[in-house]
Amino acid sequence: MEWEVVIGLETHTQLQTNTKIFSGASVKYGAEPNTQACEVSIALPGVLPVLNKEAVNCAIKFGLAINAEIAPRSVFARKNYFYPDLPKGYQISQFELPVVGKGAVTIQVPAVGKNAAYEKVVNITRAHLEEDAGKSVHGAVEGMSGIDLNRAGTPLLEIVTEPDMRSAAEAVAYAKKLHELVQWIGICDGNMQEGSFRCDVNVSVRKKGSDKLGTRREIKNLNSFKFMTQAIEYETRWQIETLEDGGTIHQATVLFNPDTGETRAMRSKEEANDYRYFPDPDLLPLEITEADKARIHAQMPELPEAMKARFEAQFGLTGYDAASLTASRELANYFVATVDKGAEAKPAANWVMGAISAKLNAEEKPLEDSPVSAEQLASLLKRIADNTISNNAAKQVFEAMWNGEGEVDAIIEAKGLKQVSDTGAIEAIIDEVLVANAAMVEEFKAGKEKAFNALVGQAMKASKGKANPAQVNELLKKKLTA
Amino acid sequence: MALSIEDIKKIAHLARIEVSENEATTTLAKLTGILGLIEQMQAVDTTGIVPMSHSQDLAQRLREDVVTKTNQREEFQKIAPVLGNGSSEKAVDHGLYLVPKVIE
Repeated sequence: MEWEVVIGLETHTQLQTNTKIFSGASVKYGAEPNTQACEVSIALPGVLPVLNKEAVNCAIKFGLAINAEIAPRSVFARKNYFYPDLPKGYQISQFELPVVGKGAVTIQVPAVGKNAAYEKVVNITRAHLEEDAGKSVHGAVEGMSGIDLNRAGTPLLEIVTEPDMRSAAEAVAYAKKLHELVQWIGICDGNMQEGSFRCDVNVSVRKKGSDKLGTRREIKNLNSFKFMTQAIEYETRWQIETLEDGGTIHQATVLFNPDTGETRAMRSKEEANDYRYFPDPDLLPLEITEADKARIHAQMPELPEAMKARFEAQFGLTGYDAASLTASRELANYFVATVDKGAEAKPAANWVMGAISAKLNAEEKPLEDSPVSAEQLASLLKRIADNTISNNAAKQVFEAMWNGEGEVDAIIEAKGLKQVSDTGAIEAIIDEVLVANAAMVEEFKAGKEKAFNALVGQAMKASKGKANPAQVNELLKKKLTA
Repeated sequence: MALSIEDIKKIAHLARIEVSENEATTTLAKLTGILGLIEQMQAVDTTGIVPMSHSQDLAQRLREDVVTKTNQREEFQKIAPVLGNGSSEKAVDHGLYLVPKVIE
């Protein structure tokens, strides 16, 4: 029997603001417990929420970035449940009228095994503004739980997809794309360790060809892409095995245990989803005008999709290269800076995606910590372009620059890597090589094309790699066919 | 829509309100009355009328994203209630508000 997995994601992105969504308390990470928990955060009687303008701006930015409908009028609602980290007894969220409506995100699903890479559109159902809850701390006091309400009221944008994904790879490709996008437009710092970007993944399975959705289980709070892959794969296997053994799937919330690699249903006596939402009488409807949207639109950076198309048109890059370079705003800016400093686009793209990315990956460094700046890379590429050094020598110069041995020209000088382009000097080398390798010359003349390459090799070796390979080729051909 | 005693108990539980059997019966009568009122209102034709989400016909004012609150932990924790299960007399410790142990 062939099964199909159906996946939808709900992502909580913490918005990059200075203050909470409904009060002027700081949201800085890592403060002493409850030092950023004001009277609104701890829900003292009589306090009122006042909506943060920047949180609304962030929601508008996201809506514009995914080409979504932005509601001219949206409403805040109370989601009622009891938990110690939620002192009001309700979370202020949005229910029937969210700020961002239907939109879409285009993802690149990488090649896996024999399956080639492909592009796919994931539809966004909605995105709504809400407040985060506080945090429970266990073990600080015997027999009690401690509550830290610093995080209570932190602005979140919850982004919900349609059940459009059909594999763990697609789900992770979407999550990564969203992760890059929210950082690109500057609404979220993307720090997954600190919980700024958390995913809930809804997984169900059905027989291939069926258009009816199976019963879903929701994997809560995944904060790494690796765990997301593991959790979805485990959950999918578990559901298929359960069904094949004649069992049934019950709707549940499950947690992923990274130590065992398994998902397990949470113990919960709570009535399923009986949150009794109703409009919060403390807040008036949020109105967003065309002028608001235009103002925010003017502040937004060029979006990855647009930049990708521009790279293809302006620099003649392939779709794949353009997509890779626009995977993050930092990478795209670095590439553009390299070109602006005088490098040719194609070699710049190759070096940024090749040498630079490889070094950063190997040393687990972010791009901003690259020891080689865009300007330095550009001067290196210019030395290749003007035939001062060969591609091979450039690799040595790059290595030296990475290790902090100085600027391009100084390194070329110090290491004696300057390419010999003087025709006379190269001819002299070739003449010596032809004398020393008479046998090869005979082979070439007898029709063995391979011997030519061997002679080029000998000439390059004789020049200690410094001869301009194109010139060696040309002059050698001239002499042999003369 | 007719409510049952079971509905009343469920609603009370969700709101964490303890109701005795007697209270459940009187509450059932009261809530049924309110629902009757709503049924009466639902008979009115509201075609083409945008549902109201607030009694005032105004839009939400927004606040600038500037920190205005200072650390008042000490003042707030002075008035924090003791929520012990008998094992603690303290309302706060290590800067945390204390509650009976919650385990997932």
